[in-house]
Amino acid sequence: MYWKETTRQMIDIGVGSLIIVILISVFMGAVTAVQFAYQLQDSFVPKYYIGYVTRDITIIELAPTITCLVLAGKVGSNIATELGGMRQKEHIDAMEIMGVNTAAYLIMPKLLAALFVVPLLVCAAALVGITGGYLSTVPAGWITDQEYIRGARTFFEPYYVFMMFVKAVVFAMILTTVPAFQGYNVKGGSIELGQASTQAVVYSDILILLADYLIAVILAI
Amino acid sequence: MIKIKDIKKSFGDTAVLKGISTTFEAGKNNLIIGKSGAGKTVLLKLLVGLFEPTSGDIWYGDRSFSDMDKNQRRTLRMEVGMLFQGNALFDSMTVEENIRFPLDMFTDRTAEEKLERVNYCLQRVSLENANHKYPSEISGGMQKRVGIARAIVLQPKYLFCDEPNSGLDPKTALVIDELIQDITYENNITTVINTHDMNSVMGIGDNIILVHQGQLAWRGNKSEVLASENELLQDFIFASPFLQQLRDAALKR
Repeated sequence: MYWKETTRQMIDIGVGSLIIVILISVFMGAVTAVQFAYQLQDSFVPKYYIGYVTRDITIIELAPTITCLVLAGKVGSNIATELGGMRQKEHIDAMEIMGVNTAAYLIMPKLLAALFVVPLLVCAAALVGITGGYLSTVPAGWITDQEYIRGARTFFEPYYVFMMFVKAVVFAMILTTVPAFQGYNVKGGSIELGQASTQAVVYSDILILLADYLIAVILAI
Repeated sequence: MIKIKDIKKSFGDTAVLKGISTTFEAGKNNLIIGKSGAGKTVLLKLLVGLFEPTSGDIWYGDRSFSDMDKNQRRTLRMEVGMLFQGNALFDSMTVEENIRFPLDMFTDRTAEEKLERVNYCLQRVSLENANHKYPSEISGGMQKRVGIARAIVLQPKYLFCDEPNSGLDPKTALVIDELIQDITYENNITTVINTHDMNSVMGIGDNIILVHQGQLAWRGNKSEVLASENELLQDFIFASPFLQQLRDAALKR
């Protein structure tokens, strides 16, 4: 039963968020590359640095943080509303009467699904972001095909990928547990449900940014 | 049988129940009636174990709720079925999955045995062949019947119904009342029904308690309602001038 629910949540969070993640990642990488290319105009810095900088910024920061901020909005509000709705429609009471540990039954599958799927989405976002950087600079003539690829393969640090996954896992925990708490404990009617949903997103975003800073400090030591 | 002894429940400084003692008998429809805010729902939630009483005790047969440990409370939950006001059917599950849910949670029966029990319950509430429909695909009355089927799937000793007729037309409400009554008599269940519905009171009220401002204001049965001089009861049951006229006419006969 838990496995079935976890699988459903994986599909909801993963497949359901794939298009928006890809869309945002393309533009995220594209803008990063174009901005950096613009900064490098008339400078002595080699152009292949565009690929190098786009890759590192995307892997270390943009892919995990931007993706999870977006997911906090999409998935987080969904979790808060779903659980809040279940609380208001007495589904949670019904489960408790049937002896179900509702916190475990309703929240754990979401958490497990997010812990598995969010790192995959972040990974996809990084790949698409780097590709977006290529698509925005090479066809426009800012840089040649060989230069971008050379940059994207230069000075590669596997540790940055580790940082990306650490962030993805921590952010996945935040963007499921905070909305779950808000939704699970909602009281009142539709106004309170709306407030819980908004608070879930706002608190998740703030905590993600805070965690982003702390992870950066801890892992950079 | 359920006995409640001097039960009190407060939320912060607000005392909702101020000491109620009564008995809900087995094989009877025990109705809790009263105005909105009287404390009926809180009393029902205490009975099903969703709230803990501030003081007092509830006895399920010869078992005291306050003396039960975690395992005993879990065992008690297996003996409890509940029909919610809004049905509380899980939207993402089919009718069959909704009814099977308590079996999945509490029993080790095989898939075939579970299906057999689910089909029996569906047939009992006259909803054969609705197995694969979702709650959103069936009417309010049918949802209520699915709720009843889910409540009885574990063959409970205690059945609790929170406003079973709310949102239903009078004809369907009558069908639901009769269904609850039949199930209660067939299985000798202690059924406790929280209701506002005048038809339910006069139709299936084997044992009725009136709760007013957190206290027991009246106790009797459907045949005693009409002749009772209790003002609170008359004010609640025969609230409109039309119903008062009906009562007067009935008493004259």
